[in-house]
Amino acid sequence: MAILQTENITMKFGGITAVSDFTMELEKNQIVGLIGPNGAGKTTAFNIITGVYKPTEGNIIYDNKNITGIKPHNITKFGIARTFQNIRLFKELSVLENVLIANHLRLKSNPFAAVVNAPSYVKQEKNMMEKSLALLEDVDLIDVKDEKSFSLPYGKQRRLEIARALATDPKVLLLDEPAAGMNPQESNLLMDFIKNIRDKFDLSIFMIEHHMQVVMGVCEKIYVLDHGITIAQGSPHEIQNDSRVIEAYLGVE
Amino acid sequence: MKKNKLILTIVAIILLFCLLAFLNSIFNSYQTRILKLCGIYIVLALSLNLINGFTGQFSLGTAGFMAIGAYVSAILTMSPAKKAATFYLEPIVPWLAEVEIGFLPAIIIAGLISALFGFLIGAPVLRLRDDYLAIATLGFSEIIRVVITNLQNVTNGSLGLKGLPSYTNIWWSWGVAVVFIIFMALLIKSSYGRALKAIREDEIAAEAMGINLFRNKLFAFIVSSFMAGVGGALLGHLMGTIDPLMFRFLLTYNILLIVVVGGIGSITGSVIGAIIVTVAMEALRVLDGNIDLGFIKIQGIPGMRMVIFSVLLMVVILFFRRGIMGTNEFNWDWFLNNRFFKKRKKTA
Repeated sequence: MAILQTENITMKFGGITAVSDFTMELEKNQIVGLIGPNGAGKTTAFNIITGVYKPTEGNIIYDNKNITGIKPHNITKFGIARTFQNIRLFKELSVLENVLIANHLRLKSNPFAAVVNAPSYVKQEKNMMEKSLALLEDVDLIDVKDEKSFSLPYGKQRRLEIARALATDPKVLLLDEPAAGMNPQESNLLMDFIKNIRDKFDLSIFMIEHHMQVVMGVCEKIYVLDHGITIAQGSPHEIQNDSRVIEAYLGVE
Repeated sequence: MKKNKLILTIVAIILLFCLLAFLNSIFNSYQTRILKLCGIYIVLALSLNLINGFTGQFSLGTAGFMAIGAYVSAILTMSPAKKAATFYLEPIVPWLAEVEIGFLPAIIIAGLISALFGFLIGAPVLRLRDDYLAIATLGFSEIIRVVITNLQNVTNGSLGLKGLPSYTNIWWSWGVAVVFIIFMALLIKSSYGRALKAIREDEIAAEAMGINLFRNKLFAFIVSSFMAGVGGALLGHLMGTIDPLMFRFLLTYNILLIVVVGGIGSITGSVIGAIIVTVAMEALRVLDGNIDLGFIKIQGIPGMRMVIFSVLLMVVILFFRRGIMGTNEFNWDWFLNNRFFKKRKKTA
């Protein structure tokens, strides 16, 4: 049974059909890719899965539960985390605070207990701190933990976004163009990084990506979107040789 | 290290109250009034900063909640005789006529009823963003004021209430201010404070990280209303009389001014801003009257005070665009690290 699947998702914004009849499956611990030209509806698909949009038609099933129409913050609570195409960090807050905030949803307390430093709250805060620092060590950002996040170089901001998403204790991670703006060397490091976090945190990963090297190197299955329509799906090898994909997207090798 | 900071903070608070006691004894009644006003405006600035500065929700409803607080506290503390005298046009409703309770329970109830209205107003209104939220909260602030003007047998309408017991002394105003400063500092430091700041920074990202936007915004709004209600009650018992015209938009604007000058999103900023603006408003009164420098007499121009004040405000905004403190907070580290540095130089 797939940990995440969509059933015939369609998203219409007035007269425009951004996503049409999109069905996908993500098995546990799999890394699945979503590729397609710009404007194909990939990020819209992500937004539907994470509850930002309610699909015009179709269902999203996560862990055998129908999560269609559930609000984003609850979907994150269930265990689906995401990163954003154009990084959305909490700019004025420090690197550490960005990650700490992502722990908040697991906190079982109330503001008044927090203000009076009740033992139950203090203990949880300590755990959140340890967990956040450990995550920052994992992504090699521990040295800049007190810097304001907007002051980080682009590559580190991307890593911080991923660390923040990991702090929500997800089972499924949606990565929106994690390799954007990276040079070949950084992309290689990213590929290893994605595989490592999949293993270390027992994740299932669904990622949008334009960097073909990363997609082919990391994904076990790929869906191809063009103008909202799924034009192909299969293994990296099948996709590379699919004429429709080549015509729409990859161009001549 | 943390214990040192705690001790330093406690010592600082004790020193503050010693200073206040000293000033209280040497100041005349005019100066004491300004000092008390500073404490009250700290409370009000903190109230506005919580929802505007820390949560990033542009709310302009402060005056309305202050009015609720002031009226509730006044009605609860005025003696039945005073009530009978003040409500000469139409007597007060029977179930309020004989009520008379102490100041502490009165301001707590005032705060709670303001918080209740904060909940009732916030629930529908916090779905709005930016300008629309500002207009809606401003609208409700005016609605509150108009309702107060018309409830003749509860609030005495446009006649206002006279003879409020002058409970607000320097200990009440600054005591409440210190309590709220400590509360805000602890809240902002906690995970709940971080959640509010996350909402301010990027709502969409905050929601994606599992933060319930509506619940957190409503929480900030309710706490802010509570504080505004308490501030309003303190103000009422300082002035001695209250009437609906006191609680027009100009009052919210003055507090917004304090928050902006001090620093949106800084507790220290609100404290500094409140003191500076309150003192400056009074100090500049000199400009309204004739100035006699002995060899020259400068004619006073009424209203000059506000002109100079506006110029000063513009200077602050131009050079300290994020207010005097920005989003920075006072930190004992500024002193501790300096001394450490000096120690190092000596041993080197």
